[in-house]
Amino acid sequence: MLQTLPLVFALAGLALYTVLAGADFGAGFWLLFAGRGESADRIREHSHHSMAPVWEANHVWLIFVLTVTWTAYPVFFGSIASTLAVAFFIAALGIILRGASYALRSGTARRRETRAVDTVFAVASLITPFALGAAAGGIASERVPVGNAAGSLVTSWLNPTSILIGVLAVASSAYLAAVYLAADAARIGHPELERAFRTRALAAGVIAGAIAVGGLAVIESDAHSLFEELIRDGALAAMIASVLAGAATLGLVWGRRFEAARYSAALAVAAVIGGWALARYPTLLPGLSVHQAAASHDSLVTLVVAVIGGAVILFPSLGLLFRLTLTGRFDPHRDEVHPGSAAAQALRPAFGARLAVALLIIGVGLLNVATAPWAHGIGVVSLFGFIVVAFFAVVPRALTEDP
Amino acid sequence: MNLLAAALTPVHQRYLLEARQMQALSFAVHIPLVAFGISFPAMVVFVEWLHRRTGDPVYRTLARRWSRVMVALFAVGVITGTILSFEMGLLWPNFTATFGGVFGLGFAIEGFSFFLEAIFIGIYIYGWDRLSPRAHLASAIPIVITGFTGSLMVISVNAWMNHPGGFHLVGGKVVDINPLKALFANSYLWSELIHMYIAGYMVTGFLVAAAYAYGRLRGRWGRYERIALTIPLTIACVAAPVQVLVGDWVARDVAVAQPVKLAAIEGLYRTTDGASEHVLGWYTDGQVKYGIAIPHLLSLLAFHSWNAKIQGLDTVPPSQRPPINVVRFAFQTMVGIGTLLALLGLLYLVVRIRRRRLPTSAWFYRAVVLAGPAATVALIAGWVTTEVGRQPWVVYKVMPTADAVTGAGGIPVGYGALVVTYAALAGAVFWILRRLARAPLDQIDAESPPSPPSPAVA
Ligand code: HDD
Ligand code: HEM
Ligand code: HEM
Repeated sequence: MLQTLPLVFALAGLALYTVLAGADFGAGFWLLFAGRGESADRIREHSHHSMAPVWEANHVWLIFVLTVTWTAYPVFFGSIASTLAVAFFIAALGIILRGASYALRSGTARRRETRAVDTVFAVASLITPFALGAAAGGIASERVPVGNAAGSLVTSWLNPTSILIGVLAVASSAYLAAVYLAADAARIGHPELERAFRTRALAAGVIAGAIAVGGLAVIESDAHSLFEELIRDGALAAMIASVLAGAATLGLVWGRRFEAARYSAALAVAAVIGGWALARYPTLLPGLSVHQAAASHDSLVTLVVAVIGGAVILFPSLGLLFRLTLTGRFDPHRDEVHPGSAAAQALRPAFGARLAVALLIIGVGLLNVATAPWAHGIGVVSLFGFIVVAFFAVVPRALTEDP
Repeated sequence: MNLLAAALTPVHQRYLLEARQMQALSFAVHIPLVAFGISFPAMVVFVEWLHRRTGDPVYRTLARRWSRVMVALFAVGVITGTILSFEMGLLWPNFTATFGGVFGLGFAIEGFSFFLEAIFIGIYIYGWDRLSPRAHLASAIPIVITGFTGSLMVISVNAWMNHPGGFHLVGGKVVDINPLKALFANSYLWSELIHMYIAGYMVTGFLVAAAYAYGRLRGRWGRYERIALTIPLTIACVAAPVQVLVGDWVARDVAVAQPVKLAAIEGLYRTTDGASEHVLGWYTDGQVKYGIAIPHLLSLLAFHSWNAKIQGLDTVPPSQRPPINVVRFAFQTMVGIGTLLALLGLLYLVVRIRRRRLPTSAWFYRAVVLAGPAATVALIAGWVTTEVGRQPWVVYKVMPTADAVTGAGGIPVGYGALVVTYAALAGAVFWILRRLARAPLDQIDAESPPSPPSPAVA
């Protein structure tokens, strides 16, 4: 139980990453396939703006998955990271390029610049999900043995199953993004964009579904044992759930019920991850079970406590962010400023300067002359006090004086 | 239970040096950005708070401008940090596989901390015109706090690598793991953390001030510029003298926990009573040549005693010594720059308090222009001292770096690709900062935040 819990966290994080960051990657995809002319520009703008404020937050899920995995299942992490190094490295380069072009875009002024930056962004948005999907395919098809780079650096992620899952990752990202962007367009009341993304969502949904179903044949021949496990018990149920959710999404998009489609699309993608996990459990890598890979009892307990504690703070904050961005407005009432009482008057400079010098002398005495740890503690606090008091003694007058 | 605790087997890696350099490059890119993550939010909030207190629009303009720079740098900080997370597995899989259960917790909590930082930066930037002024100001406070907790967590891992504890090794297996003890009951942590935190304020303060000092030298000088220069410069100038004091504390911790590193820093070959300190010079054949020796100073500084015994490099075989001159040179660079910056800071404070004005000499502003890059150099030099000084160990006296490294081939290819990518990234960051700096003042204030008001993908 304890040994499985972190795996559940990591998979939940992975599902959230696939859905949330996947939608961002997909938005990059649509930058590339926006067509030409003015309506294409609008499509690009829409794709870009929609993800702007939540971009960073969505991508931290990957960090979460990595850190939980290496803390809870160190050997598993070391084995996959070393054997799949090439795929991960490509994903990493994609992440750099994507992030950099994202940051750059806010500085672009001319159309030509914007287009160039968008192209880099879009290409990186294809590479990253493909590489991560290919890595997942290598693990799923048992091509990663336990050991320090013990598997092939090439075929571990360039093989039929990996390519299938990589392509599927790109297609489902495009699909998710189109559904979300259609929903956003509907909410801001932009029928032209809504139509454009509705068509895209339907097309991408059909293609992603076809790849997923056709892909079963690839898995059957390339990774037969995985196939066997996928069509059993819980895994089978998850697969069926995914198909149903995918079909339902198409129906909802067709009927322009985009808000509901948002969630069923997410479910369709998340169910695939759940199905894979159920199929393989309790095996992580050939010859390595969850129980063998798990870190020691104390490490797991502290990790679980930390994750739960973190979640208690995290989810309300995340809720706030999404509420703000989804409703567009958060707290319309504005309170007035309080002019006059400038920070300056709080501390009279002459007094502040003397206090600062006193704190500095105390700090030096306790930190640099004394040797006891408690003295160091107080010494550091006094030195911080010096920084704050000296800052307030010096800065306010500078703000009001003439140049 | 733990059948595979012995983790992965070490392998011979021909390109260990390249792997180390790749790690070093990634840090050297990440850390200056981190300095902004640690301290810039606090400066932005301070300015926004001034706007709230005084209603003066100049503060609002400044806060908005700075917050655009903050987001751009944050985005780059996120990606370079993500690369570092990947490298934990890509370059050092055996380190992670062996000790993930010991130090992983630090990174896991750090992950949450960055998560919150990213969320509230999103809220802050997006909320400029959507939140009430009070809520908007409040939304920045978590950013300041998580900047601190994030570095606390990373540094706790680094402090553990330098001064490991909280576990036992039995027959090559890691047992009795107590992650909380390993990470937080570590005397090394606090000095390192405070030193880095203050470095963050110095680097950001001097770099931002340098931009406006440069402008002043070229005649761009009005009320807006004066305020924008004064705030970061004052923070950096009060922090600089304190950093020297904290640095002394760090050095005393090193003397106790890592005597070989201290010996490398000082180029001290023979274990000596009442050792002298050598300033400048070059280490060859067991001694420092062309340096200035100050008798007894090393013993005095490290142990506060005239004749304290300082362990030399001769206490360990040559294979367990770090590259002496790299460590020495890096350390002297940091201390030299640190001392000069502290003097600059004191000069500024004296002029401010005695003459009640900003310094007027062009030389002062030229010095400030240099101080920005110099502080960054000191920051990286400090990390070189710490990390290279720890070599050949990745976990001090427990795991050699050579045992931690990946067995995968192609490291030089990856290294080359990373160099090219980071060069492009540096160019891009430079370009965008110039763009942001050139935008006319009124435009920024009128314009909405970088992300225009449209609803987001959920
Ligand atoms: C603006 C940057 C800056 C400045 C001016 C200084 N330092 Fe520093 N120093 C750092 C930035 C830094 C750092 C990059 O932040 C390091 C790396 C690891 C750490 O904890 O801080 C560091 C490490 C570091 C170490 C090694 C710690 C270890 O190996 O674990 C010592 C002994 C000192 N410092 C001492 C000093 C002294 C005596 C200074 C006084 C002049 C000084 N530093 C100025
Ligand atoms: C956790 C896994 C880590 C590993 C495996 C690791 C290993 C290394 C290695 C091998 C080097 C190169 C040393 C050389 O060039 O001789 C290095 C450099 C460095 N590391 Fe670490 N380190 C780790 C964590 C950290 C942490 C947590 C920090 C900071 C908090 C840090 C900061 C640095 C810096 C700044 C450099 C040198 C940069 C330069 O040379 O320009 N490292 N590290
Ligand atoms: C092995 C070493 C390191 C790893 C694995 C690492 C990882 C990361 C990651 C993943 C992020 C992005 C967080 C996000 O998405 O919001 C990040 C950003 C950050 N890192 Fe690092 N980091 C390392 C070294 C350091 C060091 C040496 C410091 C400084 C003490 C530091 C402090 C920060 C801070 C404050 C941020 C916030 C981003 C910003 O403000 O720019 N990290 N780091």
